[in-house]
Amino acid sequence: MSKDKKKKSFSRRKFLVRSAVGVGVLFGAGYLSKPLWQRALAGLANTLEPPYSGTGITPPLWFEVRADNQIILYSPKVEMGQGTFTGLAQIAADELEVTTDQIKVVHAPSDSGNVDALSTGGSLSIATLWTPLRELAATMREMLKLEGAKLLATTPDKVEVANASISSNGKSLTYGEIAAQVSGWEIPDTPELKPPTERKEVGKGVPRVDLREKVLGAPIFGMDATMPDMLYGAVVRPDRIGATFKGADVSKAENMPGVVKIVQEPDFVGVIAQSRMEAENAKNAIQAEWETDRNWTSAEIKEMIKVGEGSPTTIQKKGRASRILNNEEDVISAEFESPIGAHAQLEPNGSVASVEGNQATLMISTQVVKITREEVAKRLGFKPEQVNIIPTYLGGGFGRRLHTPNAVQAAVLSKAVGKPVKCFFNRKEEFQNDTFRPPTHHIMKAKLTEAGKIKAIEHNLSSGDVMFGSPMFPAVAQSLLGADVGAWRGGMIQYGAIPNYKAVSWRVKLPFATSWWRSLGLLANTFAIETFIDELALKAGKDPVQFRLEHIQDDERGFRLKEVIKAASEKAGYKDEVVNGRAMGFACSTDANTPCAQVVEVSMENDRIKVHKVTCVIDPGMAVNPDQVRAQCEGAIIMGLSAAMYEKMEVVDGKLAPTIYGPYQMALMRDTPKDIDVVILENAEDPGPVGEPPLGPIGAAIANAAFRLTGERLRKMPFEG
Amino acid sequence: MMKISFTINKKPTTVEVDGNTPLLWVVRDVLDLKGTKFGCGKAACGACTLHVDGEAIRSCSYAVKFVEGKEVTTIEGLGNADNLHPVQQAWIEEIVPQCGYCQIGFMMATAAMLEKIPQPTDEDIDNNIVNICRCGTHYRMRKAIHRAAEIKNQSPQNQTS
Repeated sequence: MSKDKKKKSFSRRKFLVRSAVGVGVLFGAGYLSKPLWQRALAGLANTLEPPYSGTGITPPLWFEVRADNQIILYSPKVEMGQGTFTGLAQIAADELEVTTDQIKVVHAPSDSGNVDALSTGGSLSIATLWTPLRELAATMREMLKLEGAKLLATTPDKVEVANASISSNGKSLTYGEIAAQVSGWEIPDTPELKPPTERKEVGKGVPRVDLREKVLGAPIFGMDATMPDMLYGAVVRPDRIGATFKGADVSKAENMPGVVKIVQEPDFVGVIAQSRMEAENAKNAIQAEWETDRNWTSAEIKEMIKVGEGSPTTIQKKGRASRILNNEEDVISAEFESPIGAHAQLEPNGSVASVEGNQATLMISTQVVKITREEVAKRLGFKPEQVNIIPTYLGGGFGRRLHTPNAVQAAVLSKAVGKPVKCFFNRKEEFQNDTFRPPTHHIMKAKLTEAGKIKAIEHNLSSGDVMFGSPMFPAVAQSLLGADVGAWRGGMIQYGAIPNYKAVSWRVKLPFATSWWRSLGLLANTFAIETFIDELALKAGKDPVQFRLEHIQDDERGFRLKEVIKAASEKAGYKDEVVNGRAMGFACSTDANTPCAQVVEVSMENDRIKVHKVTCVIDPGMAVNPDQVRAQCEGAIIMGLSAAMYEKMEVVDGKLAPTIYGPYQMALMRDTPKDIDVVILENAEDPGPVGEPPLGPIGAAIANAAFRLTGERLRKMPFEG
Repeated sequence: MMKISFTINKKPTTVEVDGNTPLLWVVRDVLDLKGTKFGCGKAACGACTLHVDGEAIRSCSYAVKFVEGKEVTTIEGLGNADNLHPVQQAWIEEIVPQCGYCQIGFMMATAAMLEKIPQPTDEDIDNNIVNICRCGTHYRMRKAIHRAAEIKNQSPQNQTS
């Protein structure tokens, strides 16, 4: 089958239709037992990219054409560094017949009516908006044509569109001139979208649209936001796990300099002052009383996170893996662990809130505009429409801003004092009140045939919650799925040609908040599985790359995975041998529908692993902006390297620690590879997820390389912690 | 409360604040220059890096009283849209920022380093640029730092800025 044919028969559209039908059939099939349909749902959740859903269904909610011919694109997705604003501008530009730099992308405030139904996350912004945004932009172009034709006293079929202008018979009007004369838009049927051959902006590595603002230090972040007459708030936050607020003695704080008001609520106490430092100082003088039932320790948490503890759900099953692995001899097994991880994004959480009469306005870095609005409204007894969320640029997201109860506190403080209040976490509070990446424990088991092929393999994973408890998903969906989609992300066996395999997810509820951390379970799960696969390859006496290829099935997923594996191996010149004290390590993963393979080159320096080079091949289907796909790969590799090698939160005497960068060790300039070579394959028609998939292989690839130098298997992240 | 006089981005200024207030909050909230960022408040991440008499300082842990009579430069004074500093120019050429929050501190640290080490080696960069970036832009930053040195060394007018 030629590559082109291959592409055609596996278009995403068909895939989505197929998936949707699949869900219907599943729910209709009452005879399926619960484990069976949970497994089937898990299979769907592993590959499904849900369609975009939001309230912005007409072009005028997305586009504003200004008189100077600049087009404003109101984005319901937030920009947190992932480059979405740039990709959206490129996508819209092609259908609007303009260049990317003629479009300015801004965050849509929630009162604009263009609100995302869920979140910015899951690497889904470009993938899910790809078709809707092209349709909206193409329709907007037709609307401009319609109005332009009227003004030029002709019909839309007789006008030409180019360079943000409509022309006919030698007369021409800019989009801006047309829009200035329109009082109400007529919205026509969705026109045909441009074929790939006519795309000019999509596919180009145009510079980020926010580049200059970010290099000039423009005040674009949540923490830079101000409002007139603004005061500064600070909220006392617990340092102990499981602490419940009981009350506070505020007598000392009341008379501190700059203090305007102390606000005591049933669930928290906060202070409002003239300046940030005065608010912080007064907060530190408040004697809050907290109730905790016990002093948790790291050892206790470790005891909880163990395969066999908690409740199991089988997420993947083919053949008789358990029977083979429980009864036959020469079963190979290994255990892996990963620690509690902090988001450690540089901009702390917080917001500027103004509650006046029956209207609230908040400027905030959030990944969940809709949920932030609903939670603030609920606390104030408002309708959601009475709360306007103005999203700002995020000083990093990584999943940390998928829940923003801090917005509620800022709103309460503002209401109490009758003025806008800016209220932010300090760094200690960030580290102790994070929604952490949960720790994990994995048991891998496998049996090889005499010919050195995998006869059966099983992955048992124990993890704290990721999706469970998240306000993003209704409880009913969570119980329907049974297993935590976030925790087991990347936990399925991707080698479909193995005759017997099984993956089981064990759920553990930890006493502190665990949640979404860029790529969710992908980093830890891939670390366990791909280190183990490397081990099996060596036991089978085979080249690790060849061994992987032998176990991949012949379908579209398999084809795309094999292509990235082969390309990475070739580009890096992968060899399973030590040359000049340097060794290579190989690993790959498939996250959602995006396969990624990485080869790392390491040496040991003073008994520490030094990563010199990473070759990364990714197939996001199609790259809207190849430069930003590369940037996401570079960033994911460095973030994953940092987490795999250095990062670790501990529980000491009931408190999460450390509470500052440095002791919470992260990769610095000196630790990051000097060479990162990213290759993009495009083996599908439409763009898929990019931001998280390249975080998958890095931990395992480093561990596999280090093994070749030390002879010791790394089974516990962080490697150098 | 005390009066403290210094220049900020070449402009003389006097503020009346608690002298122990970190310079960062005076710059951000009193002088309303929001380019300099808060990251940790303990001089551990470098997001708040600015220049005091040409030296890179972590301003979250530097009391404002110590800048009396000194020259403070923030990103807003390093360069502007019409006259980019070589570091900003290089950051644009290499398309470095992702979320962008830590980048100001990195650029200020780089600009100060280039005054002392006009042609930094990789090792110089490793030893001198020790800020925290979560997006993982280090790979592009390293390229941009080398590029900034090149631009700066080619352009005599920038050598004294």
